[in-house]
Amino acid sequence: MDVQQLLNGLFVGSIYALFAIGFTLVFGVLDRLNLAHPAVFTVAAFVGIELVAVGGLSIWAALPVVFVVGGLLGLVIEQVAFRPLKGRADAHFAGLISSIALAGMFIALLQWRYGPDTKRFPAESFPETTYKVLGAQVTGVQVAILLITIVLAVGLHLLVGRTRLGRSMRATAENPTAARVVGVNVDRVSATTLAISSALGAVAGALFAMNVNSAQLGMGGAIELKGLAVIVVGGMASLPGALVGGLLLGLAEVFTVQYIGSSWRDLVAFGLLFLILVVRPQGLFGTRKVREV
Amino acid sequence: MTGLTGPILTVEDLRVRYGRVEAVRGVSFDAAAGELVTLVGANGAGKSSIINAVSGLVRPRGGRILFEGRDITRTPAHRLVRSGLVQVPEGRQILATLTVEENLRLGAPRRAGIGEVYGRFPVLAERRRSPAGTLSGGEQQMLAIGRALVARPRLILLDEPSMGLAPRIVDEVFGVIGEIRSSGTTVVLVEQNARRALRAADHGYILASGEIVHSGPAAELLGDDRVVQAYLGVET
Ligand SMILES: Nc1ncnc2c1ncn2[C@@H]1O[C@H](COP(=O)(O)OP(=O)(O)OP(=O)(O)O)[C@@H](O)[C@H]1O
Ligand SMILES: [Mg+2]
Repeated sequence: MDVQQLLNGLFVGSIYALFAIGFTLVFGVLDRLNLAHPAVFTVAAFVGIELVAVGGLSIWAALPVVFVVGGLLGLVIEQVAFRPLKGRADAHFAGLISSIALAGMFIALLQWRYGPDTKRFPAESFPETTYKVLGAQVTGVQVAILLITIVLAVGLHLLVGRTRLGRSMRATAENPTAARVVGVNVDRVSATTLAISSALGAVAGALFAMNVNSAQLGMGGAIELKGLAVIVVGGMASLPGALVGGLLLGLAEVFTVQYIGSSWRDLVAFGLLFLILVVRPQGLFGTRKVREV
Repeated sequence: MTGLTGPILTVEDLRVRYGRVEAVRGVSFDAAAGELVTLVGANGAGKSSIINAVSGLVRPRGGRILFEGRDITRTPAHRLVRSGLVQVPEGRQILATLTVEENLRLGAPRRAGIGEVYGRFPVLAERRRSPAGTLSGGEQQMLAIGRALVARPRLILLDEPSMGLAPRIVDEVFGVIGEIRSSGTTVVLVEQNARRALRAADHGYILASGEIVHSGPAAELLGDDRVVQAYLGVET
């Protein structure tokens, strides 16, 4: 087993996981697929680079700012793409379409502001030091990717499991009407959920840009499918499932490139996910949800 | 308590529609502080629609709702819960995946109310860490009532609390409703079990097709042969 590849897979995988956790949070709590999530991922990458290149922040200081920017974008998504449609009988489908439209607008704004070219962090942005782990070379950014993912995933887990907001989110997930009956402000839970989701997606985007030192307008499209695949494989609406699914996808990709060839990457990675679904249709952590009528 | 001069709840000419369905067509009633008022009527008479409009879950098409003198016609449910008006919904609507305690904490602005509810319903205290979905039907109904009481409401609206329960449990539920009322909380009770509800109530309103067709002191309604024959059926 190649430790270097294993670690590389974990780093990429934790970015996928962070992205997918945000994606599945909205799906699980609000029962909506937010297809503006990949656009937030992309915006955050460009914003992160701008904060460092123009704003003069260190990459570490840029991350909390990106987190907040992502949260604000989440509020915009909720207000513009979902809230106005919530009473409609076709609110699912309508929300899907309006979030795609909003994603298109975000990307158009990026293109207007930054042009079509790939953006990179300034040369001296990254710490020089590398670490030796079981004979493998690991950069400070990679360590940070793993730590930040763990902290955010654990933080979200505690938030959902232990806090008043988390209880309100789980109540809304199970039955929004019953939640309203007991005094949950479902509109506020919706807005907060989208804000948290987008903040996580934004951090994932900035970390992704740091990991490969580049940001492109098309980067969201590439991760969108992966994120969807990961949440299906993890078990729709399962946060642990999104975490494990993201890591698995990262590992599968890296090992395919290493041992089979880079052109096989998507085929093998998605093929594996497909196989998991054949064996476990409800996903790794999914329970077959039986909604009461 | 405030020195109330008028009723705690006043509903004037309430109208509720769902698309083309006119569920409530100009209903007016009120409840004095400390009273137990019942709305009875057959399936689809509009009882739940009235309860949902009063508790802010459904937006009325017309009319006015006053709670303690304030206009709450367009106030959302979560604000009403905080200001002391809660409902125990039809079908209980407990959150099955949350624990018993989490269900109670959802309704509680402070933790103090939860202890009182455990005192009143010891079975809930025993099962506090269990998912609420694992409770029996009767226990779930107690949880639904307890969850409303943790907010220490001044007005509680109960929508068919005896539905689907064994006769012994129904007795227990009516016992609890009596206690809630004796503690000074105003109760609006919706029932299909009209006779039983009228026996417990001070005032009754009989609904048919979204309109109030009879109203008066509960004892008078029970004594009125026309009402009994048309709406209450044969004594069982
Ligand atoms: N969400 C809804 N959409 C459309 N029609 C509805 C809706 N809710 C209720 N209705 C209709 O409105 C009318 C009144 O319904 P409501 O639930 O208020 O009656 P109810 O007296 O509570 O009946 P039940 O005893 O069955 O609970 C019925 O004709 C019902 O079909
Ligand atoms: Mg009803």
